[in-house]
Amino acid sequence: MLSAREIVSRVKSGELKVTEIVESTFDRVSKTEDRLNCYVTILQEEALKRARLLDESASKGKVHGRLFGVPVAVKDNICTKGVRTTCSSRILANFKPVYNATVIERLEREGAVIIGKTNMDEFAMGVSTETSYFGPTRNPWDLTRVPGGSSGGSAAAVAAGEATVALGSDTGGSIRCPASFCSIVGLKPTYGSVSRYGLIAYANSLEQIGPMARDVYDCALLFSVIAGHDPRDSTSVNLKPKDYTVFLREEVKGVKIGVPKEFFGEGTQKVVEETVWKAVHKLEDLGAEYDTCSLPSLEYALAAYYIIAMSEASSNLARYDGLRYGYSEEFTDTDWFTYIAKVRRNGFGPEVRRRIILGTFTLSSGYYNRYYLKALKVRTLIRMDFEKAFKRFDVLAAPTMPTPPFKLGEKIENPLELYMCDIDTVPANLAGLPSISIPCGFTTSGLPVGLQLIAPPFREDLLFRVAYTFEKNTGYVKEEPEVI
Amino acid sequence: MKTKLFCGCPSDYRGKKPNTNVCPVCLGLPGTLPVVNKKAVEYAVMAAAALNCKINHKILFFRKNYFYPDLPKNFQISQYDRAGGLPIGTDGYVEIKVKNAKKKVRIGRVHLEEDPGRLTYLGPIDRSPYTLVDYNRSGIALLEIVTLPDLNSPKEARILLRKLRSILEHLGVFDGSLEGAMRCDANVSIEGGSRVEIKNISSFKEVERALTYEIIRQRDLLSKERRVLRETRHWDERRRVTISLRTKEEEQDYRYFPEPDLPVFLLDDTFIKNVVSSMPELPDARIERFKKMYGLPEYDAEVLVADKRIADFFEECVKLYNQPKKISNWVMSDVLRYLYENNLEIHESKLSPKHLVEMIKMIDEGEISGKIAKKVLPEMIVTGKDPREIVKEKNLLRISSIQEIKALIKTVFEENRKAVEDALKDEKAIHFLVGQVMRKTRGRADPELTHNLIKEELDKLKKAN
Ligand SMILES: [Zn+2]
Repeated sequence: MLSAREIVSRVKSGELKVTEIVESTFDRVSKTEDRLNCYVTILQEEALKRARLLDESASKGKVHGRLFGVPVAVKDNICTKGVRTTCSSRILANFKPVYNATVIERLEREGAVIIGKTNMDEFAMGVSTETSYFGPTRNPWDLTRVPGGSSGGSAAAVAAGEATVALGSDTGGSIRCPASFCSIVGLKPTYGSVSRYGLIAYANSLEQIGPMARDVYDCALLFSVIAGHDPRDSTSVNLKPKDYTVFLREEVKGVKIGVPKEFFGEGTQKVVEETVWKAVHKLEDLGAEYDTCSLPSLEYALAAYYIIAMSEASSNLARYDGLRYGYSEEFTDTDWFTYIAKVRRNGFGPEVRRRIILGTFTLSSGYYNRYYLKALKVRTLIRMDFEKAFKRFDVLAAPTMPTPPFKLGEKIENPLELYMCDIDTVPANLAGLPSISIPCGFTTSGLPVGLQLIAPPFREDLLFRVAYTFEKNTGYVKEEPEVI
Repeated sequence: MKTKLFCGCPSDYRGKKPNTNVCPVCLGLPGTLPVVNKKAVEYAVMAAAALNCKINHKILFFRKNYFYPDLPKNFQISQYDRAGGLPIGTDGYVEIKVKNAKKKVRIGRVHLEEDPGRLTYLGPIDRSPYTLVDYNRSGIALLEIVTLPDLNSPKEARILLRKLRSILEHLGVFDGSLEGAMRCDANVSIEGGSRVEIKNISSFKEVERALTYEIIRQRDLLSKERRVLRETRHWDERRRVTISLRTKEEEQDYRYFPEPDLPVFLLDDTFIKNVVSSMPELPDARIERFKKMYGLPEYDAEVLVADKRIADFFEECVKLYNQPKKISNWVMSDVLRYLYENNLEIHESKLSPKHLVEMIKMIDEGEISGKIAKKVLPEMIVTGKDPREIVKEKNLLRISSIQEIKALIKTVFEENRKAVEDALKDEKAIHFLVGQVMRKTRGRADPELTHNLIKEELDKLKKAN
């Protein structure tokens, strides 16, 4: 499988045509998609048409763009003009946006080819891609297991070669969890570094769009394309665009790594703990220093995360009422409140309804102070704990997920158990910090384990450098799932 | 303000086809984000300062959550005064004049929010078979001004609203001539009852009517020893009654929380200072200036300034003809009366300052009489014609030709022999003869000249006798 970097250079040299690349990608899709279900919408015709256009301009010597000819998969909560964007929900199953998200504009400007829209947990609410209205996505490493979530379709597509790179979104771990479960690289950027304009909101104050790729270079490349200030997103930070690939060198000498003990709590499986520690020691061998540390406020992270996320979600998802777009019901002779209730009861899946109801509760008067405001206070404490830790350390290392990928259906009936899976990923979202998950080994039965690295705000460069050094000195990214 | 509060759509939606003045942001489409219009914040700060409010340096927006078809997101981005929220301005006041006494009406808060769309019904709200929604208005910046319960009558409410409108118009914050530019929710609470809010009131006149109706309704209930419920009612302008929309028990829990898509932004002192110092002249100051500069009585100055466009009109006239008192008299009496009687605003009339001044000059130069002018003015207002043109067309120019008048006197004398006899005996009876000449000329004959000529003729007759 070619990397994005290789594709761009071979297209530029004339060695390969974009059409050939795109065709071979759809070849792969046709072989594995039946088993994996990575995509909600496959854009074969559109992608081939675009490939021909790109080839045409290449033949005239016009090869512009850092992703020229690269097949990209896009999570189905990112708006694409004229192409249905469903959030894997029945309520948006027929919704075609009239505009492109900022990240889509940026991809197209750089010559990327969008292959399709990927499956996800409904409205990004889940860790297994099982809550999708379009059926679950399966893990390419073990078809009986989940790919993680909520960006499970993007992760599985990249792991199986159904796309070269992908966009995901991460509200509480939705990029890093599936990256870990599918043994790829996934970055949750610093809050405010990538425009959210066109990302269908689940929990605005927590989420970011981020890159997913098979190696660190491609991840950094895709991040360089999508990051940058956008006046249409008031929370986007005014930073100059950067080429993050220039930071990729094998050098971790003197890098101070903190290993917070809170990330190795009760639910952490031994095999994960051991594999992550092995990775830390590997980095030490490569010249980094490490020490253990503690961020005591993390004890409350999961609770605070769910209160904030559900509260925001209950408001964000209020607009789906069947009056203007999306799923609708037959109008009967009732008032509109009855109509709206019916649309929402039938249009949303049970997990989404659960979170809307809980979020409505936590924002209601009388409970607001007890839940929402308290969660905001916890959030501040967590931010402060991280700030303190970053006075001592350059980066923090931890497991991305407490367990390897679990079986389909194993946890779906038990929401609390599912929520517990987010325990190691939500702290970075609450604190707005950049966090990357990279492959760091396999269990004896061949299931992937991910290493999570967290850095201070806007230090993606440091994350990429440490991750790159680790990757270059280990062989995990070269492993390919059997499904291929 | 030219654009909506959180997107670039024009804020003037009037005359546009429904749902054409919209974009993904003000339609609340999935994935869109609001961006605050800086000009709106500037105007809000200016308005808060003009209403003597404390200006808060932290600008925060909150979401007010409720389901209603006119809200495309089913929440409204607004400001809030609890749970850590802060409106732009708090604790201000406006001074109004009630029966010649000054009265302070306290302002609780001034805040910014987005306008919902507009619902259209077929007939009255409670009988319409369907509801149509137009989002052209959705997302327009609304400045909400909340007064404390300091008003004691429907009339005071109307006086306050006029004053507020004049202040806001002087600031250039909005154009009061646009339909729906200023809206009002009125609250009534009388002793022994509860607070009732009335929504959907379209004009100042309607505010007074709705409040009057509501007070009578509540008094009536109380006199029958029935309870006045804490509720929200809808003013039905056509039937002139209020209809219950929802009671307190049905009031929504709005689940306010900070808008996560809009970070807090801070107004520094220089920003506030700049805004306040660039504030245009406010009505109270203008009244003082009118008194001093033009020598107008306080009452006149107040009447003119009550409507910024009237005051502007007046000043335009004075610039063209430095006769402020004369101009003010014409504006205040004939112009305003005509507008009021015909339910017109000054901008709806076609009267230009140039023409009004010309008309006054014609009187001053003896070309027409005041009475003729009063006849010419309505036509000037309706058609926008030059007074000279109207006078010419209708042949209204004053007759000052001695010959012409003498001929008329001759006819009048012949037709009114009895009156001539009387006048010869009694000087006072001459007025009847003057009146007859004026009637024949439809008021065009120079009255003084006519009077003198008749006297001359009578004297001749006396001598002849
Ligand atoms: Zn708009």
